[in-house]
Amino acid sequence: MGLRNRSVGAVAVLAVSALGLAACGQSSGGDSGGTIELTIAQNAIAGGKNAAAADFLANWVVPKFEAAEKAKGKEVKVKFVPSGVDDEQYKTKLSLDLKSGKGADVIDLDGIWAGEFAEAGYIKPLSDVVGAGAESWDGWQQIPESVQGLATFNGKKYALPVGTDGRVLYFNKTLFQKAGLPADWQPKSWQEILDAGAKLKSAGVPVPIQINAGTAMGEATSMQGVLPLLAGAGGEVQKDGKWTGASQPLKDALGLYQKIYGGSGLGDPKLQQEAKGRDKSFQQFAGGKIGILMEGDYFWRGVVNPKDGVAKMADRDQTVGYALIPAMEPGKGLRGQDFVSMSGGALRTVNPNSKHPKEAFDLLAFTLSPDALKEETKDGNVRITPRTDVNKEILAGEPLLTFISEKVLPLTAYRPPVAVYPQVSAALQEATAAVVGGTAPDQAAADYQKKLEGIVGGAGNIAS
Amino acid sequence: MAQAISPPEALEDAPARRYSSDAAGLGRLRAGAFVAPALALIAVFLVFPALWVLYLGLTNYRLTGVAAAEPQLVGLDNFVKAVSDPAFWNSTWLTVQFVLGSAVIGQVVLGFTIAWLMRDRTGPLKRTVEGLVILAWILPSAVVSFLWVALLDRDGGTLQALLHVPGLAPLLDHPMLSIVIFNTWRGAAFSMMLYGAALGNVPPSHLESARLAGASGWQQLRDVVFPHIRGHILTNLLLISLWTFNDFTPFMLTAGGPDGQTEVLAVHVYKVALQGSELGYGAAVSTVILLINLVVAVFYLRLLRSKK
Amino acid sequence: MTRFVLGRIGFYTLIAVLLAFFTIPLLWLAAAPFTSDPTYEVRVPDFTLDNFRAILEHPYALPSLLNSLMLAVGTALLVVVFAALAAYALSRVRLPGRDALLYALLLLSSIITGTAAMVPLFQLAVELNLIDSQFGVILILTGGLLPAAIFMLKDFMDSTPKSYEESARVFGASPLQIVRHVVVPLVRPGLATIAVWAVANVWGNFLMPYLLLSDVEKQPAAVIMYTLYTEGGQANLTLLSTFGLLYSVPVVLMYLFVSKKYGFRFHGGIKR
Repeated sequence: MGLRNRSVGAVAVLAVSALGLAACGQSSGGDSGGTIELTIAQNAIAGGKNAAAADFLANWVVPKFEAAEKAKGKEVKVKFVPSGVDDEQYKTKLSLDLKSGKGADVIDLDGIWAGEFAEAGYIKPLSDVVGAGAESWDGWQQIPESVQGLATFNGKKYALPVGTDGRVLYFNKTLFQKAGLPADWQPKSWQEILDAGAKLKSAGVPVPIQINAGTAMGEATSMQGVLPLLAGAGGEVQKDGKWTGASQPLKDALGLYQKIYGGSGLGDPKLQQEAKGRDKSFQQFAGGKIGILMEGDYFWRGVVNPKDGVAKMADRDQTVGYALIPAMEPGKGLRGQDFVSMSGGALRTVNPNSKHPKEAFDLLAFTLSPDALKEETKDGNVRITPRTDVNKEILAGEPLLTFISEKVLPLTAYRPPVAVYPQVSAALQEATAAVVGGTAPDQAAADYQKKLEGIVGGAGNIAS
Repeated sequence: MAQAISPPEALEDAPARRYSSDAAGLGRLRAGAFVAPALALIAVFLVFPALWVLYLGLTNYRLTGVAAAEPQLVGLDNFVKAVSDPAFWNSTWLTVQFVLGSAVIGQVVLGFTIAWLMRDRTGPLKRTVEGLVILAWILPSAVVSFLWVALLDRDGGTLQALLHVPGLAPLLDHPMLSIVIFNTWRGAAFSMMLYGAALGNVPPSHLESARLAGASGWQQLRDVVFPHIRGHILTNLLLISLWTFNDFTPFMLTAGGPDGQTEVLAVHVYKVALQGSELGYGAAVSTVILLINLVVAVFYLRLLRSKK
Repeated sequence: MTRFVLGRIGFYTLIAVLLAFFTIPLLWLAAAPFTSDPTYEVRVPDFTLDNFRAILEHPYALPSLLNSLMLAVGTALLVVVFAALAAYALSRVRLPGRDALLYALLLLSSIITGTAAMVPLFQLAVELNLIDSQFGVILILTGGLLPAAIFMLKDFMDSTPKSYEESARVFGASPLQIVRHVVVPLVRPGLATIAVWAVANVWGNFLMPYLLLSDVEKQPAAVIMYTLYTEGGQANLTLLSTFGLLYSVPVVLMYLFVSKKYGFRFHGGIKR
């Protein structure tokens, strides 16, 4: 009998705890004594994704900031909350946290999420959260207008930009030499890209041109594919609040895809369909099988980086050339430009639920101070920071990043930061997939418009 | 001997008491106490959130944006949208192929075959075979996707090397067949284990007497084993169909492509709910999957009961 | 005699084919961890141990395996105990609406594992203060696995003979004692199956632990596995393959142990 009673008792306890009455768990961000506790979260983790950023935060920012605050007479304790997953999953988690009034005091997010997070009330204008201190931050003067735009929604600043990037055409100089093409190649029109591709092809290069297409590569198809081409044809995915449907620029962009993947042999249509296609395109470029590749500066820093890239090229600096992405024809690009690009960038902001918004903003500003940025980007971790003063110093030894910061950023464009953009982007990717699969560009563009109407709420929101 | 199995007889027309069941003298009250902890957990962590999902299916809820702050009831709009979307029907048809091919045919047959072959063996052979089959099942999806890309890859894949067929690209040319075989490989372990355990419950004496009576292997299967494990077959079919319907791993292999040729419903939901953040619509599609599963369950019940 | 020989040949051919089918895809996992700079191609390894050194130096890899073990064992225990009790009671006593209820729960359990359920589950965890609690993850995972576990175990309970229970009852054993000492030994293969099944389900689960556990010190290996990518989403195959190997070893060992000790075989001696 005793056995039974005990067991039934244990079962009852478990059942009760299941109902949450005895559940444990703690919410973050509490105070202990006079110490202010802050947390900072990034999609970075030691030993994994963005490891260098994680190490920098844990080993430099945290102790230095605590010491700096102590010197001011404040007892502050900072905890870094690492994470290292897919951006989509990070976004999901961040949304759920913010929705429930949780999350770290200082958070990182992709610039493209700013609009939808703001609309949902997950993030608020810095002036509301922090007060006047945010507007008068001395760093703003160093950040170019266009980069500030990343953090601005409906005319209000929601965050500080953490950095930016740009897209170019990479090419393999060894293969170019074999095909009789110059090492300082700079195409001025799409036709010149195709011509170079044809020469590479006759020189026996297996994949002359790789411009991302299809759905398997996801946003990489949009950012390093259809969007720069759309801009090159003078189009934009959204303009003055109206979405672009089956416009001529879109048809032109899809037309270029057809010229590359539609049986000309200039590109490899199957690579666009493979789930690991982008990884393989990197391996193939590093292996000398791809002539021309459209990619962002990440490709240079993280992929073919001879030190720690995922597809290392020991002779990167000698072999890999880069050129601006030309408009369809000179002067036909977006805003009448000869060359185009697309950019994105991360943001860092203060969680509206933070108990110590002022101190959190101090921490945020501290991570973007010149000293911090210089420290973060040393030892081969160079990237384009938001600050012109810092960029001048740190990019000096980096030819590609200097090129992007000086030549590409002035003519780049950004995606519309609104909630439906991911779906619009997916529809664009489907249009490229259709063209690679043999659909005529005009038809694919018409199908895209139809899909677009469903996404953005009717034909009224689409420019004719 | 009294038929000791009860394919869980559903809903109506089951005879009130087919066997003298309550041998341990449990009584309803104590039976209730036995069931209570499981039911409590299920009520809080399953029924409640599941009903919430059904409710979300009636709203335009999104993870972000305006609709995240103020979701609105939209009635059956999501369902109408799903039913009028050719992509949804395409996904449904692909899912039917996927479930029939990989779960009903692949996993059940392969799992039972292995369990049957290994039924009275011990020692290293049995442990090797079972260990490998289980390994395929317990490896995390992230690793498994690398394994199968390495196997089926179009340049340098192991299969290509073994068969000496250059240009062989199964994932692109036969994507559905690829994920069916993949999922058979991946999931056969569960059926193997379930049937293995079920065969362990078949009294050896029955098989022995059948063998002495000169029954062939097939006859033993049909006359002794099958009646004894019919309940398990039903359970097995039900569960793996259900799981395969909701299985998302093909996404790791093909990303739903090429051109949506492997975008089964679970992948479709992932794309709209996680990538497109349309949680309301995703919940509605999940509800439709639930309804399809209900139909499948009823079908299995009728099928296996009619043979009695 | 010839029939016997042919049968043997057929048997071993079948076994050989099966072994090949299950082994060939695993080759990559056997080779890549021992290869420097592995790619998607299966190559003869150069037997480097650098990859393992890198994993040993990884700050979260090995602790995360312990976390996985904790979640898996905790969930498996709860699932087996609660499901066994419930399945036994449901098998022996006709509670009103039993079968319809079981089917409904089973169908609902499939919705809860899908992507669409993450918001309700997360907010539920917030309300119950189970965020960042491994116990909370165990409870949520258990809730999702229980219906199927009860369903499977009920079959095993249904097919055990009741005569032992009757005799035990005659000797004055209480129902719980009967379950422990009479029923459990009889359905041991079933219990072992459920336990392994529960562990395998938890072991590979990424989304729930990731959403519910913010503290990296508490996250299981499935979550850490997803961090071994670059900022652009490219897999670090060196770490991934090696960690994948380490990740699978505990579960295989557990299976072999459980299989040897508890089940998956005839437990002879029962005569009916």
